[in-house]
Amino acid sequence: MAKFERKGKGGIPAISTASLPDIIFMLLFFFMVTTTMRETTINVQQRLPKATEVKKLERKSLVSSISIGSPKIALQATYGSEPRIQLNDAFAKVEDIRDYITAERENMDEKERPLMTVALKIDEKTKMGIVVDVKQELRKASALKISYISRKGTSID
Amino acid sequence: MARKVSELNASSVADIAFLLLIFFLVATTMDVDSGLSRKLSPMPEPGAENNQMTKERNVFVVLINQYDRILVDGVEMDVHNLRKEAKEFIANPHNKANLPEKTLKHIDYLGDVMVSKGIISLMNDRATSYGIYLKVQNELVAAYNEVREEAALRRFGKHYNELIKEKQDAIKKLHPQIISEAEPKNIGGKK
Repeated sequence: MAKFERKGKGGIPAISTASLPDIIFMLLFFFMVTTTMRETTINVQQRLPKATEVKKLERKSLVSSISIGSPKIALQATYGSEPRIQLNDAFAKVEDIRDYITAERENMDEKERPLMTVALKIDEKTKMGIVVDVKQELRKASALKISYISRKGTSID
Repeated sequence: MARKVSELNASSVADIAFLLLIFFLVATTMDVDSGLSRKLSPMPEPGAENNQMTKERNVFVVLINQYDRILVDGVEMDVHNLRKEAKEFIANPHNKANLPEKTLKHIDYLGDVMVSKGIISLMNDRATSYGIYLKVQNELVAAYNEVREEAALRRFGKHYNELIKEKQDAIKKLHPQIISEAEPKNIGGKK
């Protein structure tokens, strides 16, 4: 029978974990670079429609968003299931949009104001009535650049 | 020989890094919003009546009713055929009499070219669902993009996206994107 020779003093030498922090830091930096801060919690149910001709909204600082959809199940007891408009963190009425746009515009750099885009995040089952009201309000606030947020993919199947 | 330096205990650095990592995973989102960019028309000046008459052949009327069905120039149409029809309307390659007129225009880089007078008019009901509305919008924008792409290939032998800004603008002027949205009607009754 062959004998296994033991090297060293016995016991398994500890694996060096010195490079583990480096690996984790690498992951950390990756996430820091690729992601953006979550700004608001969305209180409405959303299934965004699909579209093929989408463009990315590159600069977050120029984008203000308006979400429309029925409130989340947990909030339906308070707010009902009719589609609602959400600005920032709270539900709002159509009339509030103009103030919201003005406030958002105030926060922007003077030069960048004409470039402001309003991102409309609307659930696909919403009726156009509310969407049309919002659009009219945006026209009155002269926020004319809008973007219908959608997922990329073929819309017709 | 140099003295052996005792190794620094780095095991807790990993924990700290993990904490930071988890914080960023929770507090950030990966997805960049992307969407269909549109431009709203400015509010009409009070008192200014819109009495611009356009000939019937120059308008491509798209109606969507409360049951999400599409009517194009008086004929019911499936959303699948919309892009093809819209493309033919925009380009009017054979100068058909029922498709939009063209006028001679001078455009930089292209010289004197025939530019179509066509307008796409989109109308929907208050009870139309947003899903179908966006589908139609998407098809119309896609039609314009395809026509422009074809024009870019024909005129400059390059893809539209690869052209320089000035040439892209020239193509845009050749096929101007005019999608007008009428004030919504309330045919379908309740909001």
